[in-house]
Amino acid sequence: MLTLGHYLLVSGLLFATGLGGVLLRRNIIVIFMGLELMLNAANLSLVAFARHGAVSAGLPDYNAQVLVFFIITVAAAEVAVGLAIIVALYRQRQTAHVEDLNQLKF
Amino acid sequence: MFTILFWILSLLMLGSAVAVVLLRDPVSSAMCLVLSFLALAGLYITLDAFFIGIIQILVYAGAVMVLFLFIIMLLDLKAEVRRKFNLAALAGGSLVLGGFAILLTQVVKSLPSAAYPFPALAPGVPSDAVGVGTALFSGFNLPLQIIGVLLLVSTVGVVVLSRRTLR
Repeated sequence: MLTLGHYLLVSGLLFATGLGGVLLRRNIIVIFMGLELMLNAANLSLVAFARHGAVSAGLPDYNAQVLVFFIITVAAAEVAVGLAIIVALYRQRQTAHVEDLNQLKF
Repeated sequence: MFTILFWILSLLMLGSAVAVVLLRDPVSSAMCLVLSFLALAGLYITLDAFFIGIIQILVYAGAVMVLFLFIIMLLDLKAEVRRKFNLAALAGGSLVLGGFAILLTQVVKSLPSAAYPFPALAPGVPSDAVGVGTALFSGFNLPLQIIGVLLLVSTVGVVVLSRRTLR
């Protein structure tokens, strides 16, 4: 029987995978993909909690699903802006490797 | 039946997410990310969130990933050459991830309500697009308007950012 714990565990493992991508990879596009994985892990746990919150009327908790809707919208805007910044950066420096982008390093 | 579907979809999702991190060609990373998002949409549907599942396919697997692939093609990124392996970073990263996974299993195990199966939905529940739409346009109307403004601002911001000369 599926429980909330199964979904929370899968969501946490997805978050850990995304975090691992951000920590281990050096390509700025793949780091961005790791960020997307982490956002989706948060969404999965929210949807699982929405299904878990079906108590009184037998309806899922739609407030959590509305929050997921907002997160997806903001993530789409964030991807557009982030990729535009990456393209502008690539035009300046001709690289997508984070170790070559150390101008702000003290 | 949902149990088998859950295991297949979550293994597919986690496997392709690991492939995103491990593959060195950015294009294959992006394709694995599409697969991961599709499996995640299936997981939403096993949770009776049909509307969110379809939004996930349309927005993430569709629009966002097309944007990613377009940028990868535009920048003409090659597969990453193997650079000097930073042992300290690798050890630190695996330490953080291992600690996180152990902490997570502890938290999920100690959560009393996480062990109960999901409550049954009432029969004849209206489509969840109705529920989400009602919540969106009644209780969350102001945030919805703000999100609209945010999308407009980000569109204008992208146009400004992608001009040839930034001033």
